Amino acid sequence: MTAPLREPASGGAEQDTTLVSVEGLVKHFPIRAGLFRRQVGAVQAVDGVNFSVRQKETFSIVGESGCGKSTTARLLTRLLEPTEGTITLEGRDITHLKDTALRPLRREMQMIFQDPYSSLNPRHTVGKIVGAPYRLQHVSPPGGVKKSVQELLEAVGLNPEHYNRYPHEFSGGQRQRIGIARTLALRPRLIVADEPVSALDVSIQAQVINLLEDLQEEFDLTYVIIAHDLSVVRYVSDRVAVMYLGKIVELADADALYSAPMHPYTVALMSAVPVADTRRRDERERIRLSGDVPSPINPPPACRFHTRCWKAQEICRIEEPPLAELVSGHRVACHFPENLPSEVAGAAAR
Amino acid sequence: MFAYIVRRLLWAVILLFLLSVVTFSIFYLVPRWAGASPETLAARYVGRSATAETVHVTAERLGFYDPVVVQYWNWVKGIFVGKEFDYGSGVEQCPAPCLGYSFITRQPVWPELLDRAPVTVSLVIGASLIWLVAGVTVGVISALRRGTVFDRGTMGVSLAGVSLPIFFTGLVSLSFFSYRLGITAPGGQFVPFSENPAMWAYSLLLPWITLAFLFSAQYARLTRAGMLETMTEDYIRTARAKGLPERTVVFKHGLRGALTPVLTIFGLDVGLLLGGAVLTEKTFSLNGLGKYGYDAIITGDLPKILGVTLVAGFFVIMANLIVDLLYGAIDPRVRLG
Amino acid sequence: MTSTALRDVTRRQPGQERQPFLEVLDLHVHFPTDDGLVKSVDGLSFSVERGRTLGIVGESGSGKSVTSLAIMGLHYRRASERSRPGARLGGEILLDGEDLLSKSPEYVRSLRGKRMAMIFQDPLSAMNPYYTVGRQIIEAYQIHNEVNAKVARKHAVDMLGRVGIPEPSHRIDSYPHQFSGGMRQRAMIAMALSCDPELLIADEPTTALDVTVQAQILDLIRDLQREFNSSVILITHDLGVVAELADDVLVMYAGRAAEYGSADQLFNRPAHPYTWGLLGSVPRFDRPQDERLLAIPGSPPSLIHVPPGCPFHPRCAYAARNEGRSEESRPELTPIEPGHFVACHLSPTDRAQIWADEIAPRL
Repeated sequence: MTAPLREPASGGAEQDTTLVSVEGLVKHFPIRAGLFRRQVGAVQAVDGVNFSVRQKETFSIVGESGCGKSTTARLLTRLLEPTEGTITLEGRDITHLKDTALRPLRREMQMIFQDPYSSLNPRHTVGKIVGAPYRLQHVSPPGGVKKSVQELLEAVGLNPEHYNRYPHEFSGGQRQRIGIARTLALRPRLIVADEPVSALDVSIQAQVINLLEDLQEEFDLTYVIIAHDLSVVRYVSDRVAVMYLGKIVELADADALYSAPMHPYTVALMSAVPVADTRRRDERERIRLSGDVPSPINPPPACRFHTRCWKAQEICRIEEPPLAELVSGHRVACHFPENLPSEVAGAAAR
Repeated sequence: MFAYIVRRLLWAVILLFLLSVVTFSIFYLVPRWAGASPETLAARYVGRSATAETVHVTAERLGFYDPVVVQYWNWVKGIFVGKEFDYGSGVEQCPAPCLGYSFITRQPVWPELLDRAPVTVSLVIGASLIWLVAGVTVGVISALRRGTVFDRGTMGVSLAGVSLPIFFTGLVSLSFFSYRLGITAPGGQFVPFSENPAMWAYSLLLPWITLAFLFSAQYARLTRAGMLETMTEDYIRTARAKGLPERTVVFKHGLRGALTPVLTIFGLDVGLLLGGAVLTEKTFSLNGLGKYGYDAIITGDLPKILGVTLVAGFFVIMANLIVDLLYGAIDPRVRLG
Repeated sequence: MTSTALRDVTRRQPGQERQPFLEVLDLHVHFPTDDGLVKSVDGLSFSVERGRTLGIVGESGSGKSVTSLAIMGLHYRRASERSRPGARLGGEILLDGEDLLSKSPEYVRSLRGKRMAMIFQDPLSAMNPYYTVGRQIIEAYQIHNEVNAKVARKHAVDMLGRVGIPEPSHRIDSYPHQFSGGMRQRAMIAMALSCDPELLIADEPTTALDVTVQAQILDLIRDLQREFNSSVILITHDLGVVAELADDVLVMYAGRAAEYGSADQLFNRPAHPYTWGLLGSVPRFDRPQDERLLAIPGSPPSLIHVPPGCPFHPRCAYAARNEGRSEESRPELTPIEPGHFVACHLSPTDRAQIWADEIAPRL
């Protein structure tokens, strides 16, 4: 069974522009112990996450280790199955689809991984790696697989004549480009990138970031990017979600988030980032969080951040703040958010 | 941790049970496939000049006409409470654990196993300690002197050690050291430890060294590989950065990491050998479990085979359990269960 | 470069006569391999004053880690490696006036942990997983101090407390894998500082850590430096970390110094095109950025076949202005303002013009 390559989508104004959305997404990993391996607890990796991603936007999820962002990325592409909640791709509910039903949908969404050294099969040539999606999905592009592969290699800035080389003959940055070429083979709508540039040198990072930008234009791509480098995230993103212990604590347009972060965790996160500017060394207000992130096996009740928050009050221990849109386009889950515009502060105060 | 041990012990019991079922079934089925009838089997117990009637009666008394499940059940019961065999001419007591009667000697199998066990245990304990010390020492030195004549030499010799069969090295060393030079005991001279410790060691010296040669080759290679890998670990660099003398870096930090897999394999090897170092025992005429099993196979003495199999299985299962527990004890990152 | 000229570099402050605590002069570290001679460090000079922090910035293959290992004396050939050729070191490494490269390995070993100590990037793999943290710290302490076990243990508990580990008398008996990433790094810092060394080398100490934890660790290093008055060499690829912590900065490329000066000079008046590239490659965190990132084309060079002349010239957008000098002759560190050196053939006029027109507006 062969099918022609899809053309990039052209959205009409009346169409819903949401490409993928998740609602109430939960993923718990069971912990078994005892004589009969009964489940005694669970790692609550993702615990009630809602967001939607619009076509052609770049949506980023940031957070520190254990916040659940990588798990969310894998849930989105259905490499994992959610414990609860729904995932909708182009209007279709893909939450519990089985492998056979999922396979055609995998043409629409692809993933880029963090480690360029382990995400390419060292025994396959570059041509075979980039051409694999065609074979797996029984697609035959016009002009043949080899021609398409060479076009893709060119699109990502590699020499098409390196078709027969092996991954170990390339540098880290080039390998990441190969991985990107592979994801583009079937012209997906959505690309989920899990830390796409963290393993690369700074000067190579910039090359790959520029490349991703160009490709987004050329191929009408929608990106969901998982990252921990806040500078990179600001640069590439349209909207950003901040995760902490399995929940989204803030979700806003990139510029709004960075210029006026509202959740105390976001504020602390921002103040911790070292900036390449010596003048700002003394003038920045520093917030240093004490201690470590609590375990996702036993997260704190109500607001999960209250154990480390300098603004925590009684209500934070009792009632979990909902992710509310206090300012247009800017959602935050906090009883006492920072940087509230004054007219909203009056209304939100309890 | 406690739950883990209990779970493993339960599994061990289940495994032994399964082992006994499989072995018993084979014991039951194989003669049938070979065309034997209950009479043919019983005939092996009564001697050449027995009448057909004696044979028939014996067969009945030994339960050969019963369905296999019943036979198995009786056999299992025998292990726990013992059995009585009524030959007509008298009643034989087979005390618990009763593993049946040898076809050939018509003696209960279990006492014979008990008799043989110390030989095998002596052989294995002695040889294993020798090969562990020798193998690890050579392996460590080879790793530290990698690429030198010593390293290449020992690895070459160890290749020979791993490739040459024990009956070859055993017979050659017997003929040379025992018969030609007369410095070691000739075959078949086992003296129990309780009787005379010095003679015990002397009688086992050549078998120990020969068996150890085979295994120390393996352990030298294993230790060498483990050392080479451990010495490239980051924490070795940290140890040096602290200003520790190289000796401490190698032995306290390097060896510790390299030894973990060596010790676990050691446990498994010992377990396996205890079940019957057949070739070594046969070569040196030592009346251990291995030779017992070998003789049983040659003569087709099924109850003996069954007995040895169960004992060997027991040793292997126990060795596996001990090794797993040991791993949990020596590597703090491993959390059992 | 002559010795006098080198010392112009290492004794940077005008009028400074006293000796810096660490002085590296024309360091070479070459590794013979089957594929050729890898010139990891190829003529490097810099210094670190007492109580000051030097940030060494570079990407993979720049030679920054190899330099730190050379200072610590960890390139000497051990008995176990005699069958293969070892590293070849040249130049001088002066620690408090003594040239470590001319001393015996035994002598340098006695200094390791005691006068100079090092912490590494990944604290999980850098600590022995089979021994408790306490035992490893005690070991570090006892090798240089003749004390009994009880005293050593008390000292270890003290150190753990000083680096901010809660309940140190309990945690001292924990294994490395039982700590979180940040706590583990603190424990490693405690181990390194247990003998109160005068020089601490931190090789990418926070790269493997979360951002908030990174901030805690950097604060800790800064506080401990003040408390112990030690010199710190901070090796990193993160310019933000350098701006936070370093007094002076050395930018390395292909085993050599590209630029060397105070942090203020480097961030506000950078002079080397590679430094411009690094600063332009990192997106701005503190303001929105519409311009494209200034990516440096190409990849870092092979250290076996280092490009002739200036090693950066194949990737440099401005090499053409030097009329072939960049391809032919190796640029040496020359001062462009007191205490600020750059190894580049661009003329001061060209450099100023490029800076004003192209670089400064984008940064």
